[in-house]
Amino acid sequence: MSSNSEHQKSTGLHIGTAAPGVQKVNPILVIDHVKKSFGGLTAVDVQHLEIPSGAITALIGPNGAGKTTLFNLLTGFDTPDTGAWSFKGKELAGVPSFKVAQMGQVRTFQLTKALSLLTVLENMKLGAKNQTGEKLLNSLFPFLWRKQDNELEAKAMELLKRFKLDAKKDDFAASLSGGQRKLLEMARALMTDPVLVMLDEPMAGVNPALTQSLLEHVLNLKKEGMTVLFVEHDMHMVRHIADWVVVMAEGKVVAEGPPDSVMKEQAVIDAYLGAHQDTDLGVVTGRIKVISEEGK
Amino acid sequence: MDWGSILNNTLAGMLTPTILAFALAALGLAMHFGFAGLLNFGIAGFMAVGAYGYAISVLTFGLPWWAGMIMGVAASVVFALIMGIPTLRLRGDYLAIVTIAAAEILRLLFLTTAFEPVTGSADGLFGYNNTGGFAEANPFPVGDYGWGPWTYNEQTLWMLTFGLIVLAVATLLLWALMRSPWGRVVKGIREDEDAVRALGKNVFAYKMQALIIGGVFGALGGIVLATSTNVSPGVYVTSLTFFLWTALLLGGAATIFGPVLGSIIFWVLQAFLTNVLPALAESGILPVSGIQAATLRYVLVGIGLMLIVIYRPQGIFGDKREMTFVK
Amino acid sequence: MQFLSASNPKRLLSSLLLLLIATVLGLGLGTSPASADSVGEELERGITGNVKLDGEPLGGVRMVVEGGGYNAETVTGADGKWYIGVPGVEGDTYKVTLDQETLPEGIAVTGEGGATKEVVLGKSSPLVANFFIGEGVRVTVSMFDQIVARLIYGLNFGLMLGLAAVGLSLVFGTTGLSNFAHSEMVTFGAIAALVLGTVLQLPMWLAIPAAVLLSGGMGWALDAGLWKPLRKRGLALVQLMIVSIGLSLTARYLFQYFVGGGTEQLPGADSTMVPLFGSVALSMTDLVSMAISIVVIMGFAWWLLKTKTGKATRAISDNPDLAAASGIDVDKVIRTVWIISGALAGLAGVLWAYFRPGIKWDMGAQILLLIFAAVTLGGLGTAFGALLGSIVVGVLVETSSLIIPADLKYVGALVVLIGILLFRPQGLLGKKQRIG
Repeated sequence: MSSNSEHQKSTGLHIGTAAPGVQKVNPILVIDHVKKSFGGLTAVDVQHLEIPSGAITALIGPNGAGKTTLFNLLTGFDTPDTGAWSFKGKELAGVPSFKVAQMGQVRTFQLTKALSLLTVLENMKLGAKNQTGEKLLNSLFPFLWRKQDNELEAKAMELLKRFKLDAKKDDFAASLSGGQRKLLEMARALMTDPVLVMLDEPMAGVNPALTQSLLEHVLNLKKEGMTVLFVEHDMHMVRHIADWVVVMAEGKVVAEGPPDSVMKEQAVIDAYLGAHQDTDLGVVTGRIKVISEEGK
Repeated sequence: MDWGSILNNTLAGMLTPTILAFALAALGLAMHFGFAGLLNFGIAGFMAVGAYGYAISVLTFGLPWWAGMIMGVAASVVFALIMGIPTLRLRGDYLAIVTIAAAEILRLLFLTTAFEPVTGSADGLFGYNNTGGFAEANPFPVGDYGWGPWTYNEQTLWMLTFGLIVLAVATLLLWALMRSPWGRVVKGIREDEDAVRALGKNVFAYKMQALIIGGVFGALGGIVLATSTNVSPGVYVTSLTFFLWTALLLGGAATIFGPVLGSIIFWVLQAFLTNVLPALAESGILPVSGIQAATLRYVLVGIGLMLIVIYRPQGIFGDKREMTFVK
Repeated sequence: MQFLSASNPKRLLSSLLLLLIATVLGLGLGTSPASADSVGEELERGITGNVKLDGEPLGGVRMVVEGGGYNAETVTGADGKWYIGVPGVEGDTYKVTLDQETLPEGIAVTGEGGATKEVVLGKSSPLVANFFIGEGVRVTVSMFDQIVARLIYGLNFGLMLGLAAVGLSLVFGTTGLSNFAHSEMVTFGAIAALVLGTVLQLPMWLAIPAAVLLSGGMGWALDAGLWKPLRKRGLALVQLMIVSIGLSLTARYLFQYFVGGGTEQLPGADSTMVPLFGSVALSMTDLVSMAISIVVIMGFAWWLLKTKTGKATRAISDNPDLAAASGIDVDKVIRTVWIISGALAGLAGVLWAYFRPGIKWDMGAQILLLIFAAVTLGGLGTAFGALLGSIVVGVLVETSSLIIPADLKYVGALVVLIGILLFRPQGLLGKKQRIG
């Protein structure tokens, strides 16, 4: 726990007053007029949003606020009705999801997608980009890819060690626990050498014993120079590690700012259940109890 | 009952050009379904494309046998592209319906009298092995080879040798592909294509490559079959596809040798039942007519398919943990 | 999934494909049959004839034989002779047509009945079918009448397909299973009617409803004995689909085991032609068949829209988890769906037996793909979509034979199936949702 409290929050990310759509000093993702509706129901309607580079940004909001849909839109897994967004200055509208990932914007899923019948090590090696042996013709000639494959294996083992999964390297991913699969998915995402890591509810379904190590892994990403954007219900995690918080409700961005101040905003409180206006937002979400003591 | 002749016929059924053709097509299905998770129910169509491509190239366009075979393979690549482009982006069961429909369209096109001068309509095509020079390319001098039930004349021996070489190359190729990083991506797609896409792999391209490679194996199966019998539209029916699935699942869909062994088991059982059931009927042990006895073996195929899928979905040779039905 | 990605290459490729298909078809049509004066010689029976004008043989005249789901055509040789082998047995009816377009200018079939005659296979083979030809005005059916007639046949065929397709669609909607054994439920209905009507000598007005009830019972038995236990075992959908293929093979060959490889006729086929207008006429059987289809489909629609179970069925198709959570007994509804699916398929089988005409062990398998095409066309899992899709497929199959060779008429429907997946994968009535 002590190492946690030592970590340095990034500040001075924005220009001007913190309000929905505020300009950032060094934005990595810029979103304009992105709109998506399902059968008349507007799921996402974001006028303008910038995600700061080199920081940890949390995307929060009540159920059905459109967080995951926005994630899908940004990563090319779904197509918006209208809108434009760019990553590191490159337009992403119409770019297929695999190319988005190749550009360094990698994501995980709310329902963990471990590749069950591949071993843990195979899962990891699959993550690496630009593999010679993944090209059909090259694949037939091991001398073309053997060396690279061995290097990837070493890199994968290093990451697995860090995520304490190295002992399981030859097990099928199907045999891992839910929390271990989350870890594996995050480790696998790191194999792609990402610039921006997008985590969809990294804590969902993770047993409390593992949450602390997950938190540290997320903090480590920032330390290593990556930008993190995550969707989370767990307010403890948000308050604890996020440098910047974006609040969504009914598809729109209703507030953004540093975690401590943004949670006090009326719009944010209104966005969550009215009956709980007096209570701490972390309690509202219900999951906080488990670890609230250790965080404060 | 003549057990001697039944045993002899069954043993002879262990190595026939039909089995080699079947094994090649099953290998193609293994690539499609076992490794890439593609539900191809049109493998009979791929076989037909290979066989007709070879025969038509020789008979209508006057190509030599080897060029005709290359044309048959090329045609299967085109067929894979035609089917894959509209469906590989869609949910898996759409591919199942489209492939089965496409195979049937092909069969009807080969069957119609409208194209009879080219396709031979219901009569099919024959004589191309002589016209194209395949029979002439036989390196074996006239004579009988082998022993016991496995005695072949020089023509059959040439067909078997050719089929065995093609099968060996295809098996080796599949093995080399599946142990490579390419194979890793393809297996990953079988498990969850979104996850693989999120890691920056062009899932559509990989699925298309897998569809083409498996389709080429299927076409080679059709070609090997065409070297030993006439090309006839009555062969490439939906039931053929279902029999191939049975052989594949029998051996183990996600294995390299499973499809080959599955095909052998399937055909040896067929050869055995073909001989033993009518014999049982004749000697009055089974109270059925000879024709009914012949029908019974297909009933047994159906029941066998159900039992394998329910009780041993990984096949005889598959890893129990590595079941292929993930979703 | 990447709908936006590479849309241009995709479009380019599809147009290239169209070009390719057009080239292939053009190539084939260009080399139209020149010499083949006999087809299907390997078949046991055949129909033959000699086309002569004033004693002089006429070559190059196109002859078509249709019946029992079988189509074949040939062109008379220089000696005016032709031969078409048929798969039927004694008592089967075939329609022989002389294509008057291929006769020389100013020449037509002058005999009674025009250029099409129905023949019944007798003891001796081949059967001779000749036409009287002479100078005169062709007694042709006007294009308009032909189109109308085809539309009505198509509607009849489509309604019959619809009976089978809604059942398949309901099963898919509630359980996710693509049931390949559905075609054997169709055959089962026809064979049940045959056994009741000919072996047990029941009158057909009793035999047919009884056969439909038996088919419903078969649906119940299959769910109780096979599908429900497998669902409880937690088999994956693909596994279930392959089980249905195994079941289809088993049932199909069991039918062959019991009824043999030939074609059997149901009693009571009334071929009195009822003139509708112009030269369009329908047999009494066709009219009754259409009436039954319409009444049953309306009853089915009422059940689906108005009854509690029908509403529950639609709820499960929409969202099984939500339906289960809201207190619907999913297993009970699925059981009902199987019963209805079986009964409707059985009825479709009886009507199909009259439409083809004849009962054969693989008669259901012959239309399985058309049923799948109809279901996909309408939108997987939507019952009314399946109905609409069936009518489209039925009309398409029947009218397309005005343009393309009769033995290719199923191809049109299957090409449309693939085309629809290209441009509207959710089908005609399917909801636009994530299908990728």
